[in-house]
Amino acid sequence: MKQMLNIALPKGRLGEKVYAMFEKAGFPCPAIHEDNRKLIFENEELGLRFFWAKPSDVPIYVERGVADIGVAGKDILLEYLPDVYELLDLQLGKCRMAVAAPRDFHDDPRRTLRVATKFSRIAKNYYDAQGRDIDIIHLNGSIEIAPIIGLSDVIVDIVETGTTLRENNLEVFATVVPISARLIANKAGFKFKNATIEEIVRGIAAQVETKA
Amino acid sequence: MNTDMILQGDERAALALRALYHSYGYTQYKMNKFEEYDLYVQNKDFLISDNVITFTDTSGKLLALKPDVTLSIIKNGRRTGGVEKVYYQENVYRVSGRTHAFREIMQVGLECIGEVDAYCLFEVLTLAAASLAAISEHAVLDVSHLGIVSAVLDTLSVTPDTRRALLSCIGEKNLHEMTSIATAAGVDADKIALLGQLISSYGAPGDVLPVLLPLLRGVVADGILTEFSDLLTALAASPAGEIVRVDFSVVGDIGYYNGLVFKGFVAGVPESLLSGGEYNGLMRKMGKSENAIGFAVYLDALERLHETDMSFDVDTVVLYDDGVTPATLAEAVAALRASGKSTLALRTLPEKLRYRTALIFDGKEGTLREANA
Repeated sequence: MKQMLNIALPKGRLGEKVYAMFEKAGFPCPAIHEDNRKLIFENEELGLRFFWAKPSDVPIYVERGVADIGVAGKDILLEYLPDVYELLDLQLGKCRMAVAAPRDFHDDPRRTLRVATKFSRIAKNYYDAQGRDIDIIHLNGSIEIAPIIGLSDVIVDIVETGTTLRENNLEVFATVVPISARLIANKAGFKFKNATIEEIVRGIAAQVETKA
Repeated sequence: MNTDMILQGDERAALALRALYHSYGYTQYKMNKFEEYDLYVQNKDFLISDNVITFTDTSGKLLALKPDVTLSIIKNGRRTGGVEKVYYQENVYRVSGRTHAFREIMQVGLECIGEVDAYCLFEVLTLAAASLAAISEHAVLDVSHLGIVSAVLDTLSVTPDTRRALLSCIGEKNLHEMTSIATAAGVDADKIALLGQLISSYGAPGDVLPVLLPLLRGVVADGILTEFSDLLTALAASPAGEIVRVDFSVVGDIGYYNGLVFKGFVAGVPESLLSGGEYNGLMRKMGKSENAIGFAVYLDALERLHETDMSFDVDTVVLYDDGVTPATLAEAVAALRASGKSTLALRTLPEKLRYRTALIFDGKEGTLREANA
């Protein structure tokens, strides 16, 4: 039986765009186009198994080796620091991790800065590098309301178009790090399925370069 | 009795590895379960995890459950010149990166300390490869040299922070991030290209070295290149050669490791289960003038690799009642055990027990009959 290469893709629009890149690179799985709620699709002939996963879970599947490769946002990689290889920047899902606050915010360095975020590690590293004393308030969603209702001074969150911030009278004060989707690989999987993974990387890298 | 049924994958591997190291003349090093906490505070960067389980001894000393074995061997070794070759099998206690909780990890490994020469390096790498081969027929031993990585990073003249970030990119095979960090730091394009080549190179020594060595001449000291090339060429020609790969993404702490560093993988285990290298830097930090190389095999990862067929809990269940004398029942059980069958004597059958055969013991006759006959 052909050795299967397991590929974890993030559910949603980003995952669909990434799958199209795999298809164009010569690694298709036609069953994925069927209109159903299945989460796992196989192309036995090519030895490929794609599965849709929650975007923030993709690095877990890859680090634990049930997926040999996968696609995850740089935000997730920086926050959870999975022990994986980061092989390509796909230049998709581009946005930035930013510090945002109410328009009239003025940072008073004499006081501990209260930071609301879903990305505690990224926020801590960013302010540690500046030697700034902060109080991290970890939230799981609707981060934007934290400074409006007085829970925090600023937020550290992902900003795409900035519309949500504007509508809540917030604005970006600093960019922490640019974010985009990355192709990651399990360290052991990379060794034992190297030829196929390298071929996929070459096929997708060529598409990224063409777009750039 | 088939011991394979009894031994777990990690226990089987531990026996095979100890026999392997013993056959090369390495002697077993047995150490205390506890070590003074100070040892780990002074060398905490060498540890995989900072967290150590500590307690106060009856004498008031702060002790720790060993999170590492190498530091104890260096500290406690009584070397009198030459080379000391030791192996160990110890449990260590440290926080798992994945679960963020303390775990007990069975570790088997070896250390070669003293006048380490080219043969010692070759022997240790051969034993690392043989250790992996003893665990699985599908294995890979990735070998790197920190002298080469350091020399290439030295040419970039970047700040310590940037250097650290670039080293982390090498470890992740992260070519795009390395390019963007180095470009932002004003590094020349040809130097970025060389670092990129180092990150992208992966494969058998015979494929990688002919391409890479000419690029590294003039950047890395000839002595280091020759040592690395000769060693890997010799390894490639040996029985271990098939599984050896050059991979500069194997990076350790440059303050502790100085030369060869290597990691081993087997198919079916998602992370490296063997890790080692030359740690002369650590020896100097601990005030020792000798050189050293060693590796450890982390056996906890093998639990799921060699899953034995456990579709039955026991071969035979013998059911008995009040009319039975212990001696006659014991005789019947002994006869079944002698025929190689695991035998469980019980009054009633537990609901979820998985057994091949259930027998009823007739105490008066001293005979066994099928339970469902």
